[in-house]
Amino acid sequence: MSRLGKITRRTLLIGWVAVAGGVAFGVWKVRQPLANPLTDAGSLNAFLIIDRDGVTIVTGRAEMGQGAQATLAAMLAEELDLDWQEVRLAHGPASAAYYNGALFEGALGGADYALRDWQRSVGGALGQVGKLLGTQITGGSTSVRDGFDKLRAAGASAREVLKRTAAQRLNTTPDTLRTEAGAVVARDGTRIPYADLAEAAARLTAPQVAPRDPSTWRLLGRELPRPDLPAKVDGTATFGVDVRLPGMKFASVRMNPRLGGRMLRHDPAPALAIAGVERVLDLGDGIAVVARNTWAAMRGAEAVVIEWGPASYPVDSAAIRARIEAAFDGSPNSTLRDDGNPDAHVGIEAEYHLPYLAHATMEPMTATARFTGTALELWSPNQTPLVQQKAAATAAGLPTEAVTVHTTLMGGGFGRRLESDYSALAARVAVQMPGVPVQVTWSREEDMTHDAYRPGVIARLRGKVEGGRAVMLDARIAGEGLMAQAGARMMGIPVPGPDRALVEGLFDQPYAIPHYRVRGYAADVGIPVGFWRSVGASHNGFIHESFIDELAHAAGRDPLEFRLDLVRPESAVAAGVLEAVRDMSGWDQPKVPGTGRGVAMVWSFGTPVAEVVEVVDEGGRIRIARGWIACDTGRVLDPGILRAQMEGGMLFGLSAAVHQEITFADGAVQERNFPDFDSLRMHNAPRLETRLLTANPHMGGAGEPGVPPAAAALANALFDLTGIRARSLPLWRQFDLVM
Amino acid sequence: MAFTLTINGVDHAVEAPDDTPLLWVLRDELGMTGTKFGCGVAACGACTVQIDGEAVRSCQIALSDVWGPVLTIEGLGAPGAPHPLQVAWLRHQVPQCGYCQSGQILQAADLLARNPDPSDDDIDAAMMGNLCRCGTYGRIRAAIHEAATLMREQAQ
Repeated sequence: MSRLGKITRRTLLIGWVAVAGGVAFGVWKVRQPLANPLTDAGSLNAFLIIDRDGVTIVTGRAEMGQGAQATLAAMLAEELDLDWQEVRLAHGPASAAYYNGALFEGALGGADYALRDWQRSVGGALGQVGKLLGTQITGGSTSVRDGFDKLRAAGASAREVLKRTAAQRLNTTPDTLRTEAGAVVARDGTRIPYADLAEAAARLTAPQVAPRDPSTWRLLGRELPRPDLPAKVDGTATFGVDVRLPGMKFASVRMNPRLGGRMLRHDPAPALAIAGVERVLDLGDGIAVVARNTWAAMRGAEAVVIEWGPASYPVDSAAIRARIEAAFDGSPNSTLRDDGNPDAHVGIEAEYHLPYLAHATMEPMTATARFTGTALELWSPNQTPLVQQKAAATAAGLPTEAVTVHTTLMGGGFGRRLESDYSALAARVAVQMPGVPVQVTWSREEDMTHDAYRPGVIARLRGKVEGGRAVMLDARIAGEGLMAQAGARMMGIPVPGPDRALVEGLFDQPYAIPHYRVRGYAADVGIPVGFWRSVGASHNGFIHESFIDELAHAAGRDPLEFRLDLVRPESAVAAGVLEAVRDMSGWDQPKVPGTGRGVAMVWSFGTPVAEVVEVVDEGGRIRIARGWIACDTGRVLDPGILRAQMEGGMLFGLSAAVHQEITFADGAVQERNFPDFDSLRMHNAPRLETRLLTANPHMGGAGEPGVPPAAAALANALFDLTGIRARSLPLWRQFDLVM
Repeated sequence: MAFTLTINGVDHAVEAPDDTPLLWVLRDELGMTGTKFGCGVAACGACTVQIDGEAVRSCQIALSDVWGPVLTIEGLGAPGAPHPLQVAWLRHQVPQCGYCQSGQILQAADLLARNPDPSDDDIDAAMMGNLCRCGTYGRIRAAIHEAATLMREQAQ
């Protein structure tokens, strides 16, 4: 952070005019250039800083484990001929210049796998909405797709202007020069480092040139060492909770466990009696305790005697479930798939229940703020810097531009840090302590009981098989309308119309079923819900792929062959991932006695992923022994990072399927810490094998698509082993699993 | 109360209540932030350090109970001379978010000090208390095996 501030003052930087504006790559046309956030002068766009200390690539995307900064930097470094070992990464400031256009391609109504090229162009044009709304968002598995043209264009343009600058200095023409390892090299071997050219180059107009042909790539397409990892193995990486400022105080909060409710009265005296506690601040809907260290602050927060006001939503899980069920009595919020005439068919029926889920990032919610009276500086591990800026400004009673946001590394995001509640709370504490920087860190208990949860859902399905094939699938799903609630919270505008998040992963799957309908019913529950890694596909992958398995069983068919028959006519790409896991897992070979196998395939965030799980009966206890993953993201830019995302995604989904649920009593979340809300560990996580396919003609996402098939593949394997069909999660309630 | 802690070979004077957990002494009193807070109840392993060569959850050790020299991630290797576990962690590109990895590495160091050639089962048993929400377990296991090999070679 300080580095960027220093650089900005020196103004030794290059703003590449070519990148988002004017450059003729597909649909990325922007009429009005956006101000370069790295200068006062206000030229367009800045992904690159070259100064005496080296090259820093500013991605505008946050690092939460997914490695997107590394791959984005490789795009630019590829074009600019940088030595990869010398590349440094920075998130950069909160700025609309780093808007995410790819996020809005998903705003189209159709299924991704079936989009035509003209529809993708419309989607790209919709990406301009991202610019207008200022959506600098790291999420939706979009970073690499969004940056692929922008960062390569930035690098190519930078290379050419550096060559022009060198040509002037050497009295030659740019075509006699080449670039190599951070320098321009003349035919006689003269090398001029970029750092010697940058200041002069910044005064020239950067040319717009096409990026290089992929056949010439040296960096992209290979496993590169991630520049962020050395600091993550020697303890020097600075996460949000590691920010240390001179004179900084430590604080912790305790907010109403009945989410959104008020605080009726409180007695700070017991907290003030604890050694190290300095102040108890009244926040209206809770308290903050300021102390000499975080532990004293957390103890103090626990010690305050508080009487809480009521919640506005149903008080316990049974009442919440009834509220969700009641949504089926209303009219559908969406019917995004409506093929044939499902009502003319009678078949099997099933009802599925999925719980609310917390994100449970390893690093609990935290942010650090310093209020000066007229401005606020915020250090926040977040996925949405502009949302944080606005939330902190509102909380502090300041104009938005009076808030400066530093986006730190995140100890996990998973969608939790799209929200801004932790930044707003830090700002609310800081305004009561002018001039004193304060870090507000939540206890694990506060974190788990004050989330924006993955919505709990209920799904009712009907289906029919004839001649060994599914001929009808009619799905209805009810749950809190996420887009309306979160849209209003984050952007100040509710997202109207069909709630895509409720039905994604259900209406948009590549199955040729003639009578096929998916309807969403938005329930009005009032519990805060948010984006949980893979969003709607996290529940719908389980629902759709479990029910497909039920249909295969009803048809007396092998579930993988049953799927292939339905998928091949719709999508050869999706069929490809199924065939790959079939071959990898030895699906066609006889099973070892005492084992069960299950398969699931979900197309989400532009990427079809098939997963096979093998479970083993170990004397009554069931072990999740092995897993196989095949994905097709089209072009693979870093196979090592992609594999890590797929495997991490599958384990994230399996962890939730086995262990996790958020329940309510007396208006409060009952699960408080990892013993109540655990994940797979080293000893009970399956051994994984992953294959990366490249037949997809369009680049797909990486961070989320590994999650949705996991729960269904496991549940289908458990059915194969035990004959018991899991229609609700978590699975530990029904199966004796190795824990 | 005034205490003197030996951390990574250096003595540190600490003036703090005697029940302050070592985790918070390290992070907030001494500014050594490589050791992480995850749960506060010894359920995740993010705060793992070593005391007198034994991996412990620093969130559960009161300042007054620290019974020997403390080793944290900051002291495991030296600049330019990383510990074999850190070398292996980078070779296998283990971390994703990285938040749990200080604890994972200190726990693995304890294992390899006791068992220079651990089996997969040995690794599972030693590491099951260390939670990783990113799901890096497979790479951690591979990196521990590699570090074990490196350390045996160095010992020869």
